[in-house]
Amino acid sequence: MSTQTLDRTTTTAGPTWRRVCSVDDLEVERGRAALVDHAQIALFLLSDGTVRATCNRDPYSSAYVISRGIVGSREDAPTIASPMYKQVFDLRTGSCLDTQGKDPARLRTWQARRSDGDVYLLWGRAS
Amino acid sequence: MSATRVVVVGAGMVAHRFLESLLSRAETPLDVVLLGEEDRHPYDRVGLSRFFAGDDAEAMTLERSVLDDARVRFVAGDPVESIDRGAHLVVTRSGERIGYDRLILATGSSAARPPIDGADLPGVFVYRTLDDVQQLREHVEGMSRQIERPLRGCVIGGGLLGLEAAGALQGLGAEATVIQSSDRLMSAQLDLPAGESLRRLIEQRGITVRTGARTTRLVAGPAGAVIGLEFTDGTAEPADLVVLTVGVRPRDEIARAAGLDCGDRGGVEIDATCRTSDPAVMAIGEVASFENLCVGLVAPGYAMAEVAATRLLGGEAIFGGYDLSTKLKLSGVDVASFGDAFATTPGALDVVYSDPVGGVHKKLVLSDDATTLLGGMLVGDASAYGALRPLVGSVLGADPAAFLLPEGGVTAPTGELPDEAVVCSCAGVTAGGIRQAVHEQGCEDVASIKTCTRAGATCGSCVLMVKGLVSAELTSMGRTVSSALCEHFDMPRRQLFDAVRVSGLGTFSAIIERFGRGRGCDTCKPVLASILSTLTGAHVLDGEIATLQDTNDHVMANMQKDGTYSVVPRMPGGEVTPEGLIVIGEIARDFGLYTKLTGGQRIDMFGARLEELPLIWQRLVDAGFESGQAYGKSLRTVKSCVGTAWCRYGVLDSTAMAVRLELRYRGLRAPHKLKIGVSGCARECAEARGKDAGIIATAQGWNLYAGGNGGATPRHAELLAEGLDDEALVRIIDRFFMYYIRTADKLQRTAPWLEDLDGGIDGLREVVMEDSLGICEDLDAAMDLHVEHYEDEWAATLADPVKLKRFESFVNAPTTADPSLAYTPSRGQARPASTEERRSGEVLIAGTRLEVRR
Ligand SMILES: Cc1cc2nc3c(=O)[nH]c(=O)nc-3n(C[C@H](O)[C@H](O)[C@H](O)COP(=O)(O)OP(=O)(O)OC[C@H]3O[C@@H](n4cnc5c(N)ncnc54)[C@H](O)[C@@H]3O)c2cc1C
Repeated sequence: MSTQTLDRTTTTAGPTWRRVCSVDDLEVERGRAALVDHAQIALFLLSDGTVRATCNRDPYSSAYVISRGIVGSREDAPTIASPMYKQVFDLRTGSCLDTQGKDPARLRTWQARRSDGDVYLLWGRAS
Repeated sequence: MSATRVVVVGAGMVAHRFLESLLSRAETPLDVVLLGEEDRHPYDRVGLSRFFAGDDAEAMTLERSVLDDARVRFVAGDPVESIDRGAHLVVTRSGERIGYDRLILATGSSAARPPIDGADLPGVFVYRTLDDVQQLREHVEGMSRQIERPLRGCVIGGGLLGLEAAGALQGLGAEATVIQSSDRLMSAQLDLPAGESLRRLIEQRGITVRTGARTTRLVAGPAGAVIGLEFTDGTAEPADLVVLTVGVRPRDEIARAAGLDCGDRGGVEIDATCRTSDPAVMAIGEVASFENLCVGLVAPGYAMAEVAATRLLGGEAIFGGYDLSTKLKLSGVDVASFGDAFATTPGALDVVYSDPVGGVHKKLVLSDDATTLLGGMLVGDASAYGALRPLVGSVLGADPAAFLLPEGGVTAPTGELPDEAVVCSCAGVTAGGIRQAVHEQGCEDVASIKTCTRAGATCGSCVLMVKGLVSAELTSMGRTVSSALCEHFDMPRRQLFDAVRVSGLGTFSAIIERFGRGRGCDTCKPVLASILSTLTGAHVLDGEIATLQDTNDHVMANMQKDGTYSVVPRMPGGEVTPEGLIVIGEIARDFGLYTKLTGGQRIDMFGARLEELPLIWQRLVDAGFESGQAYGKSLRTVKSCVGTAWCRYGVLDSTAMAVRLELRYRGLRAPHKLKIGVSGCARECAEARGKDAGIIATAQGWNLYAGGNGGATPRHAELLAEGLDDEALVRIIDRFFMYYIRTADKLQRTAPWLEDLDGGIDGLREVVMEDSLGICEDLDAAMDLHVEHYEDEWAATLADPVKLKRFESFVNAPTTADPSLAYTPSRGQARPASTEERRSGEVLIAGTRLEVRR
């Protein structure tokens, strides 16, 4: 929960691709939560087949619910709307596109890719 | 490229803004270390007094994700003790040595303690940090337990902060006295007449004010704690506690020791680029002294933060000087001062409006030709503050008196606002900047302006101005306010309903391809889910329809603040058997759920995790229950009294009717929630007229009322039909509901829908009883389809492994509980733990399986 212990070793150890689940476990335009080490990740399979990964924690409510929001789009950006207070985030960058009048906050994002029917995360570093 | 090493000293508001700005814009690698003295995440100091209004420390925390950035290391509770400018490093209290390429000092100020005897006695507090207010509250609570009478609190210092502190003491139940050494309150912002007006307002609020009172010492009692104050004139004032708000001192000690140039009155000297006398070191916020002045306001600090971030990234930016405008945050006391409030500009003129009876005193300062606004003071009615502050420096364009008179209709004259007028001083956004955002970035509302320009996102006092500017600009561009559902569909809900119905399209992808654009959003997707449910009767989790649902509909339970859900078993008409009650009790006990009765005559069980929901439903289904829609835009409950079955006064069997109606309309999706009430006689015990459909029994039959609403804008339902038998009643409700479902706007409840409807209640009567539109057959058929297709959504989910997969907590750990959940016992049950409770680690119950048995 604490943000004070962002571990430096994670930046220096270098990221590696880590398998999380199979693509079939995901549903188009609806998120699923995943547990990687002790981190809660939200995974999204978009209608064009891309997989996106963000932190599952909603920065506005501190609840781990991002995977349970509605996937959509804003102009070119694929988006996720938090189910708690409806803030909308860009799934590519994690930046908040509609803060509902709150201060801007960001979702952490990870690089995700699919390969041979499996979903991989570039793990060890958040972009 | 090697990363630029940035060290930021002080983790306050300005440091936080600096990092947010820096990190979101940097394109080259950064390695940032933030060192804070306070042992916590940066928080909203401006909102500190909210602590006494019940906000906990977590609620005041500034956006955490800024420091969650992988480029930042944040160390709390380890202050910097020295700077070695030669070696380019800082040394912290714990002995860590951290090298920098660029050093940012954002150490803020500390509260001053006046050099008088007793200023550090127990019971004497300052008012600057969360620790300060926590200690103050603990002290007051501790003393209140020992002393029978209300506590007496004295605040020394009658400025903005002192008045806020006095309000906080009152909030804690103490009597508050403000001691001010000068002749008036808020002497930095107000002249004597304005100060006098303020004094009356403060006294009306029950706060005692002593002006011209110089404290000579604080007196200790037998226990060593403060018991009173003594003044130069020999008088004394008793006090159980004292709060010192006599000013702040810039925290320039490490800078001074490192030989950086500091101002005569304290503070690290900076130039307009925020650079100190060492080119590698910048200072921002309250610690920075610009033109030999430090200012205790956050807006100039934020402006410096933006300048420093831009400069660090190689850009050009200049700090343009201080805006000293302020507004007091004390409820019920409206005071603001802005611009050259004291008329120091040569030749400046005053225009004053004073109404001592009404407690209002307003002054505008104008240029010598009485055309240009220079500043002003507003006491008792500061409603014009938002409109006037941005006009400082520009031509008023109207009789100044018009801005001062009460009810003067000080509608913000946004049309004429010059482009260079600053509308949002927190973010430094001008009227021109907002107009440009409308023209060039396509902003059409306040929300998009906030996102694009940040205007209105900090203190919010300019939001009305922004709104006015946006609509004026849109109008000038010949635009009208759009009735589009959202950016994906240009038509309103009603038209979309018809489009879907006529086209016969049954999937979201097909509908958006034909009638819209993009991939939808959290506005249009649930609307389409609802429309499709009415038209096709499909299960909420069938195929693509599932992805359209709001979270509550998606998991068929009601999300709570910690991300767990509440489950409300359906109890038609509020009837439940003793066996049923026992089963519910057992389920709640076995899953550790908090239970409470709802306003709709049901039992709510809170704290169920996603992966527990199917297990709970299975238990309910096995016992003959189904879960219920205590969520979603659908029929919620049918509330009833006990009626003729038991009641001595009952005229008709209201409970039986309630059960029938609930079973008929359960699961019906609508533009908004629907509620029904059935009363068995005119005593109206079911409060039916506060519902969307209210039914009241009379000797002649049922009376049906439509369009009632509880909640924030209560409205009584209006009589639609009288003396109905059971069958006629049901048919009319069918038509009323279905007509509403087809024609209402998004999120429009029946009350505003009825107000908008042609002819109102009479118009509705013509449609549903006289078939004036010839659609009744259609409406009846639509409702019959709903009734026919109804299935227990929960039982159907349990029987379908594909749907059940959605209830796995983690895709790769399907039964692992959300590890972040934590609970605290409260009155024999569990509730989510607050952040404070989590931090202290006390009284925590892990989320896995609750053991709150007594
Ligand atoms: C009750 C209250 C109400 C207020 N209301 C308003 C208002 O309505 N409007 C307004 O404009 N302003 C208001 N203010 C003032 C506003 O809070 C400040 O202007 C603002 O917080 C300044 O931000 P800063 O980052 O410069 O300093 P701060 O927020 O004080 O942060 C500086 C931080 O640096 C830390 N620090 C100091 N030395 C070191 C060191 N050597 N090493 C590491 N860390 C160090 C301090 O502990 C502190 O946490 C209010 C203040 C208070 C107390």
